[in-house]
Amino acid sequence: MTGLMPIFRRELAGYFATPVAYVFIVIFLVLSGVFCFYLGNFFERGQADLRPFFAFQPWLYLFLIPAIGMRLWAEERKTGTIELLMTLPVSLAGAVLGKFLAAWAFTAIALALTFPMWLTVAYLGQPDHGVILAGYVGSLLMAGGYLAIAACISAVTKNQVIAFVVAVVICFIFTVSGAPLVLDFFAAWAPQTILNAISSFSFITHFNAIVDGVIDLRDLVFFASLIGFWLFANAVVVDLKKASG
Amino acid sequence: MTAMIEIRNLVKQFGPLIAVDDISFSVDRGEVLGFLGPNGAGKSTTMKMITGFLTPTSGAIDVCGHAVADDPIAVKRRVGYLPEGAPAYPDMTPAAYLSFIADVRGLRGADKAKRLDYAVERIGLTGVMQQSIDTLSKGYKRRVGLAQAILHDPEVLILDEPTDGLDPNQKHEVRGLISEMAENKAIVISTHILEEVDAVCSRAMVIADGRVVADGTPAELEARSRFHNAVTLRLEDGATATAAADLAKLDGVAAVEPDGNGRLTLFPTDGAPILDSVGQLVRERGWPVNEIRVEGGRLDDVFREITTGRAEKPDQGAAK
Ligand SMILES: Nc1ncnc2c1ncn2[C@@H]1O[C@H](COP(=O)(O)OP(=O)(O)OP(=O)(O)O)[C@@H](O)[C@H]1O
Ligand SMILES: [Mg+2]
Repeated sequence: MTGLMPIFRRELAGYFATPVAYVFIVIFLVLSGVFCFYLGNFFERGQADLRPFFAFQPWLYLFLIPAIGMRLWAEERKTGTIELLMTLPVSLAGAVLGKFLAAWAFTAIALALTFPMWLTVAYLGQPDHGVILAGYVGSLLMAGGYLAIAACISAVTKNQVIAFVVAVVICFIFTVSGAPLVLDFFAAWAPQTILNAISSFSFITHFNAIVDGVIDLRDLVFFASLIGFWLFANAVVVDLKKASG
Repeated sequence: MTAMIEIRNLVKQFGPLIAVDDISFSVDRGEVLGFLGPNGAGKSTTMKMITGFLTPTSGAIDVCGHAVADDPIAVKRRVGYLPEGAPAYPDMTPAAYLSFIADVRGLRGADKAKRLDYAVERIGLTGVMQQSIDTLSKGYKRRVGLAQAILHDPEVLILDEPTDGLDPNQKHEVRGLISEMAENKAIVISTHILEEVDAVCSRAMVIADGRVVADGTPAELEARSRFHNAVTLRLEDGATATAAADLAKLDGVAAVEPDGNGRLTLFPTDGAPILDSVGQLVRERGWPVNEIRVEGGRLDDVFREITTGRAEKPDQGAAK
């Protein structure tokens, strides 16, 4: 993990060095609010929880997280700084993790800034704070999953737009793999075990389980191993691709 | 003395293209090795392999006793590298960027401040430290890259075209800096500026098509030039034509050519010194000489000859 900390600090500071970070945070907060209060009928439901807020998060992340992740490696390759980074005394793992953790920390900051929602429900009623906290933990884990995918894809190409589009598509597949639409398609011909396998890759299934307030080890392991897998792939791709211009 | 950089049978292939074709050499402490060679010769590719960025197709590289393949981090700690084009994070200021490099290099506290001050002052970055790298001029970007490379006072410096884009003053500064640092480092630079080889390199290596085609001190390379030991002289107007015919008959003179500026250049046979016999003849005939000098040799001439085989040969037949 040589070099992880300096890379983490540089990357995280980098988000706030340009207006992009602030724009992102504002968009995230505004959309969260719109989805939650307007589409989610937050008030009409008359329940003191953040369920409508969390319900739309996979769809919000689907576009916003690839937007954060697309530049992670594509930009390094485009500007040639990857040659600099890879000839500094840093390990591949340190570089991959440092970048990922900085981007994840940035998402965590954006997510933490939604705290007024929590305050609102706490003011309006008596929410189960444990369930809300579980929701935030689940949300952060899910964001990590999307981000690991986006980071890996961004190492495949120098072009950030391509990185974005491909990452959105892959994230979409992971998002909807548990949805009836997808399962019906496979149900026609695939055996039940395959159906179960497909739906077990769904972010939404695992995320909803956590949002319900049940933090099951299996859901945590799912997101952790998903992140681990994509970061490993990320390292392999960086190593393979760094030389090709 | 063990070599600081030791390279054996290095090969790099990009698909069907062999960019580096079986190169072996070593660099000792105190040496400044200059890579010369036409575009696409494989200079940068060799440097990228020494610094651990590219993995060789075959061959071995040791830096300070560590094999790049086995312990890349140990090698990277000991090497300062200026990649071709001096890439740097465009959104950062030189201050933030160099501080990041210092952190990655493990410099802390007072040591870090001292090294930063030294590099910034030596490379002349003081005025631009708070401006984003994006907006710096090309020369200043190169300087930031140089400061980055020397920041941790590395034992081995690999500089890919370090003076490209620098103004004449800064070129002079950087050459001075390289010579100064050379004493206790092993330095490899690549350059297309041949005078730079004379100015800073203790050894020059010409690479063409991925192979080493010449390796020696700049003086040794110059000795391969047909200008080596040639004598150039300027006579007063009118005397030139007769003198040319007589000088051409002189023993040891292979050819006499006008240089286009009213001077005559006398090329020796086999590079042997001819100044004495030329001087004698001049005195005997009492020609009015305004200027006379011995040529050391011209690197550009040697460079052309060994990288293309097309440098003009002295026209033996016409003169004698
Ligand atoms: N990533 C790559 N993929 C394919 N070919 C490459 C790659 N990098 C370099 N080459 C090729 O390898 C050869 C050597 O390139 P290199 O950059 O080492 O040349 P150079 O001697 O540094 O030239 P210059 O003086 O122009 O800097 C060139 O033909 C180049 O096109
Ligand atoms: Mg080059």
